[in-house]
Amino acid sequence: MQAVSQSATTGLRRSLAVAKKNAMIYYLKPPVLIFGVLFPVFMFLAFAVGRDVPRQSLAPGLIAMTILFTASSVGPMIAPWERKAKTYERLLSAPLSILQLVLGDILAGFIYGLVISLVPLLLGILILGAHIEYPLLYAAGLILSAFCFAALGALMAALPTDEPSMVMMLSNLVRIPLLFISGVFIPINQMPVWGQKLAMLSPLSYTSDLMRLALGHGSLWGGYLNFAALLFFIAVFLQAAVFFHRRGIVRVF
Amino acid sequence: MQAIQAQNLVKRYGSVLAVDDVSFSVAPGEIFGFLGPNGAGKSTTQRMLTGVIAPDAGDIQIFGYDLLRCPNPAKQLMGIVPEMANVYVDLSAWNNLMFMGELYGIGKKTRISRAARLLEQFNLLEKKDLKAKGFSKGMKQRLLICMAMMNDPQTLFLDEPTSGLDVQSTHLIRNLLREFNARGQTIFLTTHNIEEANQLCDRVAIINRGRVVAIDRPQNLKLTLQSLQSLEVAFSSPLQSMDILYSVEAVNEVKKTGDKFRLYTNQPARAILSVVDLARRHNLEILSINTLGPSLEDVFLRLTGGQEKRGAHNASC
Ligand SMILES: Nc1ncnc2c1ncn2[C@@H]1O[C@H](COP(=O)(O)OP(=O)(O)O)[C@@H](O)[C@H]1O
Ligand SMILES: [Mg+2]
Repeated sequence: MQAVSQSATTGLRRSLAVAKKNAMIYYLKPPVLIFGVLFPVFMFLAFAVGRDVPRQSLAPGLIAMTILFTASSVGPMIAPWERKAKTYERLLSAPLSILQLVLGDILAGFIYGLVISLVPLLLGILILGAHIEYPLLYAAGLILSAFCFAALGALMAALPTDEPSMVMMLSNLVRIPLLFISGVFIPINQMPVWGQKLAMLSPLSYTSDLMRLALGHGSLWGGYLNFAALLFFIAVFLQAAVFFHRRGIVRVF
Repeated sequence: MQAIQAQNLVKRYGSVLAVDDVSFSVAPGEIFGFLGPNGAGKSTTQRMLTGVIAPDAGDIQIFGYDLLRCPNPAKQLMGIVPEMANVYVDLSAWNNLMFMGELYGIGKKTRISRAARLLEQFNLLEKKDLKAKGFSKGMKQRLLICMAMMNDPQTLFLDEPTSGLDVQSTHLIRNLLREFNARGQTIFLTTHNIEEANQLCDRVAIINRGRVVAIDRPQNLKLTLQSLQSLEVAFSSPLQSMDILYSVEAVNEVKKTGDKFRLYTNQPARAILSVVDLARRHNLEILSINTLGPSLEDVFLRLTGGQEKRGAHNASC
């Protein structure tokens, strides 16, 4: 038992070392800034301006969208970039498992998502007049969502290519459609039934439903179901990311 | 216990058999050369030995640890410079080393003192806070070796570490490898540079098309091919026919290299007398005559099917 817990902390420490390296290198890369910070702002303005809805009801969608885009924008850069820059093989030969390596990439996206999503929260409070009704719920939803989307980002990075732009393109092909089916612009409970069914397939739906709940706009599915769904998506993305990263190694080397 | 024990390694890429039943062992404290032409399977072998890719078959032990079943303890003992690898160009030299230290779980104090010592040894200390982006190829390669040394490895794996480098960096790297080895570190050195293997290695494995063709000390590999000693002769005027050179005593083979002739023999002294005699008889003036020991290059060509290559070379001339 001692040995198990010791190696778990060793593993976590190594994942953190990887995450720190990722933060130093990738947070300021232009594609991360463009798709992780600027893009959600422009998307939101494009949809919010000129629409006839109460302003404060826009805040949950804005926050959910930002979490998705920031948390998932770091991951897709890392592995392809490192394959191209010839630093990837060195990482693979270090004493850490693929899971620990992938966790390091996820943690970098997770922290980026947590920090940057403070911006729409502040904007929401200061400009749109939103306020947090349930702070703990908000924090838990934010943490689970950021982790979930960071895992999605790491999963997309498993595409065996050394062209970061390829993965960025794939990630936008996945993320942009999610915006339209996940209750970011229209609350899910106002969608037609087929729309609500479609929304259930998207992890972002559970984030936006949680954010609406936390900001006091009510919820379609309720806290427990939303948390369970996000945990489910985290498990799936994590498993798939480890599986595909491992498989990708053979194709690259 | 062996530092490295590789048994019956096999790796296929589709229909390409990149590594075909390779076995060898490296004793602690040895510098072991892994020498072969491009595409021979050297890098694929190193990738298997360092846990980057899994072999299709075979076993690998590093200081008794089973790399394939339980990789981390084995990996913890290795320092690795992969083929064509690079440092993190967006990080400073110092931060590259700190990252490696953290990745191998080296405590902060040790990390700092070790990094400073390595940068000093590799002549990079003044550049420690600069981003590696601006480094020359030689500086990057030196930093890469520093990174490999951050965990104070028992065994260092280097894949063509001096390929394409300037003379000073090459010299510095080779000297430091000798120094590390003198302090007990085992070194696995992949190279296609025969001279490098000759200068540095205690033993050399020669690999071609995925198979190990010979493993021996560089000197022994030379001895096994005594007949590859040669005379290099230049005459003042062209010969009517190369055939007369075959009448030189004790000569097995004649090759024309530029305006010189290379006469392969296992009795150089006897052959010299005979060449001088021949020149006198045919009124030829000898411009120069040298005896050449068998170079590792000859050994290499002979062992890796150089016959075919030589034929191809002649045909294209
Ligand atoms: N990832 C890969 N996919 C397909 N073939 C590969 C791959 N890596 C190596 N090979 C092939 O395996 C053989 C050995 O390559 P390699 O180990 O790189 O040789 P060396 O390092 O001796 O030059 C070559 O024929 C090469 O084309
Ligand atoms: Mg190679």
